[in-house]
Amino acid sequence: MSVTTADQAAPAALPQTAPLLAIRGLKVEYQSGTTAVGGVDLTLQAGEIVALVGESGSGKTTLARSVLGLLPASARISGRIDFDGTDLASLSEKEFCRIRGRRIGLVPQDPGASLDPVRTIGSQVAEVFRLHRDGRRRSRLELRAEVVRLLTLVGIDRPEERLRQYPHELSGGLKQRVLIAIAFSLQPQVLIADEPTSALDVTVQRTVLEVFDRLAKEFGTAVIFVTHDLAVATDHADRIVVMRGGSVREDRGVEQVLARPEDEYTVRLLEEAAPARAAAPAAAASAAGTFALEAQGLVKVFDRGAANRAVDAVSFGVRQGTTFSLVGESGSGKSTTARMLMRLLDPTEGTVLVEGRDVTGLDGRGKRELWRTLQLVYQNPDSALDPRLRIRDIIAEPIVNFGLSGRAGQRERVLELLEQVNLPARAASARPMELSGGQRQRVAIARALAAGARTLVLDEALSALDVLTQAQILALLEELQRELGLTYLFISHDLHVVERISHEVGVMRRGKLVETGPTAGIFGNPQHEYTRLLLDSNPGHRLRSLAASNK
Amino acid sequence: MGRYVAQRIGQALLVIWLAYTVIFLAVQLLPSDPVTIFLSTDSAVDQATIDNMKRQYGYDQPLLVQYLAQLGGLFTGDVGYSLASGEPVALRISGVVGSTIALALSAFATAVVLALAVVVVATLTRSALLRKVVLNLPPLFAAVPVFWLGLVLLELLSIRWGVMSLFPDGSFLSLAVPVFVLGVHVSAPIAQVLLKSIDTVYNQPFIDVLRAKGASASWIFFRHALKNAGGPAMTITGITVGTLLAGSVITETVFARSGLGAVVLQAVTTQDVPLVQGLVLLTASVFVAVNLAVDLLYPLLDPRILKSNGQGSPRALAV
Amino acid sequence: MTLHLENPAAASSAQTTTAPAPARRRPSARTGLWLTALPLVLVLGWALFPGLFTTADPIAGVGAEKFLAPSAEHWFGTDHLGRDIYARVVHGTSQTLLTAGLAVLIGLIAGTVIGLVAATAGRVADAATMRLVDVLLAVPGFLISLIVVTAFEPGPISLGVGVGIASIASFARVVRSEVLRVRNLDFVEAAFLSGGTYRSVVLRHILPNATGPVLSLLAVDLGAAILAISGLGFLGFGAPPPTPEWGLLISEGRQYLGSAWWMTSLPGLIIVAAVVLLAAFGRQLLKIFRF
Repeated sequence: MSVTTADQAAPAALPQTAPLLAIRGLKVEYQSGTTAVGGVDLTLQAGEIVALVGESGSGKTTLARSVLGLLPASARISGRIDFDGTDLASLSEKEFCRIRGRRIGLVPQDPGASLDPVRTIGSQVAEVFRLHRDGRRRSRLELRAEVVRLLTLVGIDRPEERLRQYPHELSGGLKQRVLIAIAFSLQPQVLIADEPTSALDVTVQRTVLEVFDRLAKEFGTAVIFVTHDLAVATDHADRIVVMRGGSVREDRGVEQVLARPEDEYTVRLLEEAAPARAAAPAAAASAAGTFALEAQGLVKVFDRGAANRAVDAVSFGVRQGTTFSLVGESGSGKSTTARMLMRLLDPTEGTVLVEGRDVTGLDGRGKRELWRTLQLVYQNPDSALDPRLRIRDIIAEPIVNFGLSGRAGQRERVLELLEQVNLPARAASARPMELSGGQRQRVAIARALAAGARTLVLDEALSALDVLTQAQILALLEELQRELGLTYLFISHDLHVVERISHEVGVMRRGKLVETGPTAGIFGNPQHEYTRLLLDSNPGHRLRSLAASNK
Repeated sequence: MGRYVAQRIGQALLVIWLAYTVIFLAVQLLPSDPVTIFLSTDSAVDQATIDNMKRQYGYDQPLLVQYLAQLGGLFTGDVGYSLASGEPVALRISGVVGSTIALALSAFATAVVLALAVVVVATLTRSALLRKVVLNLPPLFAAVPVFWLGLVLLELLSIRWGVMSLFPDGSFLSLAVPVFVLGVHVSAPIAQVLLKSIDTVYNQPFIDVLRAKGASASWIFFRHALKNAGGPAMTITGITVGTLLAGSVITETVFARSGLGAVVLQAVTTQDVPLVQGLVLLTASVFVAVNLAVDLLYPLLDPRILKSNGQGSPRALAV
Repeated sequence: MTLHLENPAAASSAQTTTAPAPARRRPSARTGLWLTALPLVLVLGWALFPGLFTTADPIAGVGAEKFLAPSAEHWFGTDHLGRDIYARVVHGTSQTLLTAGLAVLIGLIAGTVIGLVAATAGRVADAATMRLVDVLLAVPGFLISLIVVTAFEPGPISLGVGVGIASIASFARVVRSEVLRVRNLDFVEAAFLSGGTYRSVVLRHILPNATGPVLSLLAVDLGAAILAISGLGFLGFGAPPPTPEWGLLISEGRQYLGSAWWMTSLPGLIIVAAVVLLAAFGRQLLKIFRF
């Protein structure tokens, strides 16, 4: 069911004029028979920022790319996309070349791979001007000045130096700034921003989006902002379009969506995106509880260069039956810390204690024994399960390797574990490819528990999942903690999830643990400057102020 | 950069030394010494002659002395003497190597042109049928035996149509046909790798960004895709040196051309061990030199290689 | 395909994500496999039961039937001794295929061991084995085969060994890069965490997941070995004359290029067809065994 904007009042803030872009009955099918977009209507006014929100597979990216004519060759498109008097859906590739870059631009998803790795930054920015000459020829010097001006505009320091650099010499945030400079260089009327910051850290995300917002306002560019993150969407858009299963579920102004969501699916998304409704889980164990897992002065120096201290004097303890979260941005050393605690990596200095026992010096056999009680759940369930094996064999692997039970007992134990992670018994004979991402993560948890683990290290275990699936896995983790008294070390960059699951939180930055404390304290009254910056950069300002005013 | 260059040169020298050592050891694995083997076909030779010849060629020395003496000879360009003709191996080879190099180089140029043509057509054509046909050419080229293609062309051009002589006479066709035969053979791996890496390039997000900038298909192909795919193609090009040399030997035989081919076959059939040693060492050196050049040129195409230095070697698998 | 599972605890939840499920192997992939496999089975049939495919004698000729052009009776014509060339091709298959098979087997086993050691036994082992592979690559395989063949008793065994040694390098490289790819996947580490040992992890997880490209190379390399063997046969380093062998057939025909084109052309076409089919079969295998 699609909801057309024509049926309802246009957002009050915008004047009622002929839309800049009008999509009518757009349908995109792939040769394999799947319908990615099934009859969507969408309009875009000049200067308007519309967020296209949905989970993976909702058709949001396909919809946005069809506006640029960048669908794969196997896609069949029907319907109309009216843009300033032309129907983009029926345009030839040659005609499209004149529109792309000049009148409709793209800010892509993955800045890491979106610049040609073997060409310099300068040549890639200047390329837009070479492609669209518009009658006048610029001299080399003029072109160079223009490129420098653009790079300055998006807040890149030392722009002259950057001209000669290659993409691999720039950080992700800088690369995305370069891509924004390219997208805005000819001041297009419409910009498609396809998850422009989902690969970036929150603090970088904030600064990059600030630049993006400023330029869009300055040039009056209309933006289709594709994102899976409702919190980011509400912070930056005028209008929210919620997509699911290839159709539009909701299409209204931000305030209206926030105040009175109409679609049941939007309601659930908002619930999950809202700041922790319930207070952080009550600490099951008393503050004096013993440590299940403890780091004492952990240091990791990766070879070459003394300055390269990936982890620097990190100490903390995780109490029995509670959840401790390590938050931090990429490169902060949180995963390295987790791997040292797992004894997958040898610390340069410091001690690891598991249930009070020093395990720093364990040899191979000792580690094998350790892993019966201490287990790891990976970020990406796709690569964490051997694609060739059936689920029953994957879950039974620790049982077999540790010689824990006979054949009959093994089968029973697998069924019991499947039940514990809320998977039906018939999943046992499936292979990982046949399961959804959330189901695969459940299998990974079941395998971690198979040999009787009491402590789980969850390394970004929810990051690869959609919001609603995340919520289910979170619920499962909470349930398992209650029932089995499990201890969790939760590694995450997602403050929203951390706030919800943790009893205690540690904040890491550049290898150092800058602040630790109970969740409520860290989120309510952060002491360290970096913690404050992190919390401040966390998207969802409108959601939070809404929640505050509702209380 | 300096580190990269030094590392590559060191590796090249190491491989040549290793190749030399492996060959030396392989010779020791033979049932007896080279002179005895060489003369074994001739029953009239007595032991005194053998011993005399062994002394002349230095095969009576202790192994370590032989090893070091021959190794030292490498630096002065002295790679021993042919048992069959008594000529220095280096002279024997350098006398004929010119025509083989000419054949190999022109065949290589032909192969590159053929491979590029295949890739350009396959990437830029709008006809699905033409693309399909062109994509099937490299596997076909790879499957055609050099000697067979040569014979079939000889049969057609010389015998059936009489436009080319059976033996090399300096006419255009008698030069061009062998070059073409060898070129077709060598173009297959180059085209296959180029197609594959072009395919990888086209699956990367930056191609979409280029299209979104308004770049046309040919702009993307010539200005971006080719340079990105160039690295792997250059690497395989270095590896085809062996194919090129082996192909030259066969092509020369088919077209009755003089060159390295005849020397190789003669050396092997008469069991002229020092000559074989010299030939193996020569081809290995050419291979190493070409691949060193490829390695040194690589950063010009893809500067990332300088950064990834030293990260290639894996630690032991165990936890 | 996503399994739509009933989930009692999270009944209201969205188990039915519409994420594009990985496409099932489409029927066309299977037909492609059969289209390449069936003719190869025929070639295998020639090798195993040549008598079923031809009744003519491959060794003894009929004096009255010299140099007959291809006809319904002699599909590929006859040669200078009046032997049926089709019969000689069919009977020569086993010789060529056995030798090539031996070569590929040597390449596969030695290459797998070297590649596995390089990728899993640590940096020193990797550097050492890879330099050795460099040496193997640096000397043209053709030259290696030639030397091995002449140094030892000429015949199918030494021919197979020679060509096999030359093919070790490519197997070693493929196995190494595949094992490196697989070992970096999380499930390998997870297998260690699940109590696995080096042996069990390599055998249960790494090697099976690395098979696709290796199997594919196996098919392609069999083709390459056939080419190398027929090339050596053509130069006269293969089986001694009366024995039918594909390369030798072409070499024999060379002397009669002017009078009997079929003596070289038709056996050559069989080689081309076999090698093309093997390469195509290899590509099909790669598609099927892609994990």
